[in-house]
Amino acid sequence: MSFHPNEMQRRARLASALLFLSFVFLLGSFFRRQVLQHAQYVLQSEENRLREVPLPAPRGVIYDRRGQIIAENVPGYSVSLLAPGVDSLRAALRRLAGTIPMSSEQINQAVRRFRRAPNRPAVIFPDASFDVVSVLEEHRVEVPGLIIQSAPKRYYPDGPATAAFVGYTGEVNEAELGSATFRGYKAGQQVGKDGLERQYESLLRGREGTRFVEVDARGRVVREAGARQDLQPEAAPPLYTNIDLDLQKFVVALFADSLIGGVVALEPSTGAVLALHSAPSFDPNRFIGGIPADYLRALNEDTRRPLYNKAIKGAYEPGSIWKLATAVLAIQAGLVSLDDHMPVSCTGGYQYGNRRFKCWEKKGHGDLTLAQAIELSCDVYFYQLGLKIGLSRLVAGGVDLGARERSGIDLPWETRSSFPSVPATDYYNRRFGARGWSNAVSLNLAIGQGENAQTVVNMARFYTALATDGQAAQPRIVRGEIERTRLFQLDDEQMEGVKKALAGVVQRGTAAASQIRGVMLAGKTGTAQNAHDAVRDHAWFVGFAPAHDAKIVVAVMLEFGLHGSRAARIASKIIEHYLGLKTVQVLHTEGE
Amino acid sequence: MSSPRRRIADPPLVALAMALSLFGIAMVYSAGQTDVPTVVAKLYRQQIIWFILGVGAAYIVSRASVRFFDWVTTPAYAVSCVLLFLLLFVGVGAGTAASTKSWLAVGGMRLGQPSELAKIAVILMLARILAARKEAPRSLMDLWQPALAVFVPWVLIMRQPDLGTGIVFVGIFFAMLFWAGASWQLLVLVASPVVSLILAFSTGLWGAWFLVLIALVLWYRPYLVEGVAVVLANVVTGVVAPVLWERLDPYQQKRLLVFLDPTTDPQASGYHVIQSQVAIGSGGWLGKGFTLGSQKRLAFLPAQHTDFIFPVVGEELGFLGVTIALTLFLFLLLRSVRIAARSANPFPSLVAFGLVSAWLVHILVNVGMTLNLMPITGIPLPFFSYGGSFMLVCWVAVGILVRISGEGRGPSDMLVI
Repeated sequence: MSFHPNEMQRRARLASALLFLSFVFLLGSFFRRQVLQHAQYVLQSEENRLREVPLPAPRGVIYDRRGQIIAENVPGYSVSLLAPGVDSLRAALRRLAGTIPMSSEQINQAVRRFRRAPNRPAVIFPDASFDVVSVLEEHRVEVPGLIIQSAPKRYYPDGPATAAFVGYTGEVNEAELGSATFRGYKAGQQVGKDGLERQYESLLRGREGTRFVEVDARGRVVREAGARQDLQPEAAPPLYTNIDLDLQKFVVALFADSLIGGVVALEPSTGAVLALHSAPSFDPNRFIGGIPADYLRALNEDTRRPLYNKAIKGAYEPGSIWKLATAVLAIQAGLVSLDDHMPVSCTGGYQYGNRRFKCWEKKGHGDLTLAQAIELSCDVYFYQLGLKIGLSRLVAGGVDLGARERSGIDLPWETRSSFPSVPATDYYNRRFGARGWSNAVSLNLAIGQGENAQTVVNMARFYTALATDGQAAQPRIVRGEIERTRLFQLDDEQMEGVKKALAGVVQRGTAAASQIRGVMLAGKTGTAQNAHDAVRDHAWFVGFAPAHDAKIVVAVMLEFGLHGSRAARIASKIIEHYLGLKTVQVLHTEGE
Repeated sequence: MSSPRRRIADPPLVALAMALSLFGIAMVYSAGQTDVPTVVAKLYRQQIIWFILGVGAAYIVSRASVRFFDWVTTPAYAVSCVLLFLLLFVGVGAGTAASTKSWLAVGGMRLGQPSELAKIAVILMLARILAARKEAPRSLMDLWQPALAVFVPWVLIMRQPDLGTGIVFVGIFFAMLFWAGASWQLLVLVASPVVSLILAFSTGLWGAWFLVLIALVLWYRPYLVEGVAVVLANVVTGVVAPVLWERLDPYQQKRLLVFLDPTTDPQASGYHVIQSQVAIGSGGWLGKGFTLGSQKRLAFLPAQHTDFIFPVVGEELGFLGVTIALTLFLFLLLRSVRIAARSANPFPSLVAFGLVSAWLVHILVNVGMTLNLMPITGIPLPFFSYGGSFMLVCWVAVGILVRISGEGRGPSDMLVI
């Protein structure tokens, strides 16, 4: 070995330099990781140790027009599990099932929830009772990932009475998560599913908060609080509606258990929805925190279809309530005045071509003016009026009156009313073939039959125009802007004449049983043929009061109601209640 | 030669080793502070006992003369080789190396890892062989003796298998050849077949390396036979590399692949090194505070008291703590190089430098793997990683260095009373 001291010094210097350089290299590497890439690794380390437990925000309280509560929040508990994987989740669920009875469906649902959002605690009991919570608290140590969270729970004090418009909430589902409406939502969150809850979801949801719990590498919760500053949830502001809760409850009581149908009550000048009901109803409170399977089955198997909203989703042939549309179109076109007669007087029917079109009054009405024809709902008069207007104007006019539109009420899933489109001949050619129809369709259209199906809310909207000055108000449940659209243009005298004729319906005509003492009620009955039941027709009444200064428009549709006069009695009671008056009890007339 | 007037001591060296040991014990203590307590929580007490034993052993060793080291070389080497051989039949695994046979156990009690003893024995043996030559090794033929001295224990250790310790032996071999005056060209020629082994996986790189090698052979002009042998060895290793790869255990293959890209297997093989980097990176300038590292506390960091103890330093004490620890190591090594350079005789000088190189390889491989600069080979960090025999051996090394320092020439750093 070469061992001269100088040689050794040279090698020592070289070795020292190499040592120094390798340590500088190491330090440089640490500097890069710890200082330059610090933020990235801090994030990863926080992701490792923290799990976000959502703190649901209280939804906005919904009030009626007088500040009475329609929807509020009450304290509730949700129970969820944090798990590192599906296997450990199942194991924890099995352990839990030993203390709290759980169906296999509940277990599978929790696993599905976990798969959807593995980083959030999987909800096991979205709405746990206090008993369940106290049992779980005792067994907390046995299930390390267990998270019990107080969560505001939706409550509807008048449950079934408000279900038709308030809707209900539920856990956001997969399809919704994929839709644009629910962008930014996370699995497990409660969202509005129907009614106002759905329509005003963005206003009602508030802002979810977050609690941070600390977990170890095996997913065990090590620290429940203080791992990081919680983000407090923000409650949503309240929602003020036009609903008159007293009137609403009165309407619901009128329908009781026996009647089936829909009601819409509007303030004609503003479109404010005072009441809206669909009977029979359901209890939205039972939908919160998951609908019990047997309850849902019972609702779905009920032939009266409680979940089908008859005020906004059901479209029914309007029948005679449509005669006002025909009359208004004819007057507006200058074809008739309210005092004009038709060439053929009513003898119980009308011969058109080789077919005789019947009037509902077999004895016949004789020779009538338009005003009288409205009061008595004479079909023969309106057949001739329809022919006089002509098919194309009848269809175009109907379309202008909104017969093919939605009312625009602020509720989801309103059905669009159906009516022939313009031009009429194309519509009928498409529907029946070029030779499959004749001008006789005008006769049917004129009396509200044929290719015409209207929702209750859309008819209520049309009658707001009759009750005022020809402008229809868009129905609105939530307080806000008033939107009115002109449907037709009549001069003051004509307008008053129409209202007088409608008042005559109740005073002398088909709804004479429904007078109210001290106020003039105006309206029109209708009986709609029922495609499903040849005998039991649907009954309509749309009316307003006081006749010459309307404060309320009420549209009532009774499924299988048989006669419009029955719907009229319901409507008159609603109006009487609203105006604080009494009906005159008259036992009289059936039919139209 | 020790003189009765001299007190054998090297205060800077001992102070550095003390500082590192105390730092290390503090980190072993911290490593035990987890949210869900484990057996690690109390290991720091054992580590303190081993530290005291180690200092005692160092004192005793420092009282022995360099002559004694020379005398003990052959028996130590022989005992080491015999023990390593026996281990292949009676060895047991432990801790992170549960599948290997690196532990000697009697009746279920693990006594220690003979490979630790073997490191010192090989250093002594290499030092004696290289010191015996009058000239620096010039040809490959000159290297057969030292090569054989390393090769025998190396093969036995690789059979355990313990890749980490195997790497340490290779490091010691090259470092001591360098210290004995071998030229860098010769070292490159010796190392060239290994380079071929690695580069063979890319034909282009291997071709380039081959040209460099031939140029080197022409320039250095070794004996013709040796030159041809080196080139042939490169050809052979390059050809058999894929075959050797196939014969590696799947876990070894995985470790090497994960080293190239840890994200290929983030939950299993890549997990260690990813979590280690997260721990270090999240420490920042000053760290999360002593005992407060969340990666360690919540058990995201594996083997936090043994192989991955340095990430605990990085996470809890930050870049500042890392700098202090590495600076202490650097000063310890520089001080030891100085002892090697000042030694009056070749044998102690080579021994000192051999110890430096062993420590250096441990530090580079262990610290490097925590940052994914090195593959995970599972070798401990001197003075830090929990482990009795390793602590003991590190302090024996300190004792040897103190003795060599005491017998070295020149008065400068010696306390002379």
